[in-house]
Amino acid sequence: MEVNKTMVENLAHLSRLHFTDEEKNALEQDLQSIISFVEKLGEVDTTGVQPLQHMSTEVNVLRDDIVQGSITREEAMLNAPATDKTFFKVPKVIKK
Amino acid sequence: MFSFHSIKDYQSTLLNGQTTCVEAVSYYLQQIEAQKHLNAFLEVFTEDALAQAARLDALQLSGKPLGKLHGVVVSIKDVICYKGHTVSAGSKILEGFTSVYNATAVEKLLAAGAIIIGRNNCDEFAMGSSNENSAFGPVLNALDNERVPGGSSGGSAVAVQAGLCMISLGSDTGGSVRQPADFCGIIGLKPGYGRISRYGLIAYASSFDQIGIFGTQVSDVALALEVIAGADDFDSTVSHQPIPAFSESLQNTSPKKYRIAYFKEALEHPSLDTEIANAIKTLITQLQSEGHTVEPVAFDLLDYIVPAYYILTTAEASSNLSRFDGIKYGYAAKDDFANLTDFYKKSRSAGFGKEVKRRIMLGTFVLSAGYYDAYFTKAQQVRRMLQETTKQVFGNYDVIIAPTVPSPAFKFGEKSNDPIEMFLADIYTVFANLVGIPGISIPLFKHSSGVPFGLQVMAAQDNEVTLLQLSDSLLQNKPL
Repeated sequence: MEVNKTMVENLAHLSRLHFTDEEKNALEQDLQSIISFVEKLGEVDTTGVQPLQHMSTEVNVLRDDIVQGSITREEAMLNAPATDKTFFKVPKVIKK
Repeated sequence: MFSFHSIKDYQSTLLNGQTTCVEAVSYYLQQIEAQKHLNAFLEVFTEDALAQAARLDALQLSGKPLGKLHGVVVSIKDVICYKGHTVSAGSKILEGFTSVYNATAVEKLLAAGAIIIGRNNCDEFAMGSSNENSAFGPVLNALDNERVPGGSSGGSAVAVQAGLCMISLGSDTGGSVRQPADFCGIIGLKPGYGRISRYGLIAYASSFDQIGIFGTQVSDVALALEVIAGADDFDSTVSHQPIPAFSESLQNTSPKKYRIAYFKEALEHPSLDTEIANAIKTLITQLQSEGHTVEPVAFDLLDYIVPAYYILTTAEASSNLSRFDGIKYGYAAKDDFANLTDFYKKSRSAGFGKEVKRRIMLGTFVLSAGYYDAYFTKAQQVRRMLQETTKQVFGNYDVIIAPTVPSPAFKFGEKSNDPIEMFLADIYTVFANLVGIPGISIPLFKHSSGVPFGLQVMAAQDNEVTLLQLSDSLLQNKPL
């Protein structure tokens, strides 16, 4: 797998990250070496092996649906960078 | 002068009036201040800890029943929530974040009478093996300040190593409790997957993460495990199996003959330090001469476990860390953004450190369209094969022994420029997380470079009892 600048930029966008050109160059090299390293897995014959998706041995952990509180609105807002104390404030998303 | 040997001894000195919880906390506060240069604590909860100690002393005087961890002074890794206190995951993105609830492990510690004295420095979002990735500076190994304490739970390990608390909690996703325990010469336990609730533990890779315990006595670690383990309404992945009385299981154990396996490939691996290999080979001969069965087991997947680990954990990390959007909490870009997407990018890029961003990028790659099957699914298949192999091994053996780390504590800057070299140092620890079994590092050996190193013992899922019994016997150097 060859890593190039376009790929780094696309991954950065998907990851919602922003990098300088210098950082992009370093990442291109790092990702190239890490991806080449993990490609070693290609040597393992996994024909017919079911992928392991869940580690927990618990199945269908259910409880009664009881109405109860969790945290208060004040607590939920406590760590928000921008709020009017009722809602989280976000940058404008609707254009006129 | 206050001194600490074990929780049991400490609690009897409390009961017979030789010391008080307030005296114990005051002692540790002084020690933390005196050892400030180690950078093991990001914050000390001085007033809360003293107030809790005073409450516990009053409780004892009132004659009311005392908790199992009455008066025990604990520190917690900076990824575990303690209501009303800051938790930052060693990251600028969470600087100043206040927990609005207790992690279940913390809730249980407090209910059992423990005192939480502070939060420990760690690699950012628990990603790292040397504590060099903390946004708040590295932690120093107390035995040799030029060497790393290991990571990612480096601060929690050094807090116990340097006598700044009695026990501490860390988290272990690929060795982050066992590896720093090895580097610091203490005990580090990663219980089996699902043994301890992760509610209130900041997630890194959810199918790997476990809260772990550091201590100097197996009995202390066992007692803490007994208190914090168990089913939880807030974490559906926790095992509903009954919790064995771990600490009791250490008492009155009659000598037994163990069946012990080791991976031949692990002891012959080119990355393994010769002294470490020899120490373990000598131990094997000694155990055999004592009548235990110690046998090599073939493990031809050894070279694939680190690649599988990095694919799966970075994938999970990229998903878990998507919650950091600068809106609900965390660092937010101030101005200079064109739209919401740009706001996310600027907030996240300024908040996360280099290693975290690199892992998010790799995780995004292995999950992206066109590469998902070749990387992510492939790693999940290898994980299944590892789990099958493990089940077979535990059909014939009680435990697996291995080195914890291929080389002893290294110096600052020695490995931080090469991500692959740093990843490969996890070769012996990531196995337990990939297959979900419990593992422990116990301080049995000393290297000619002057630093200690440990032996790793792993047992079958849900079999921490055997793990703890065997470790206790080995450490006390009594016949198993």
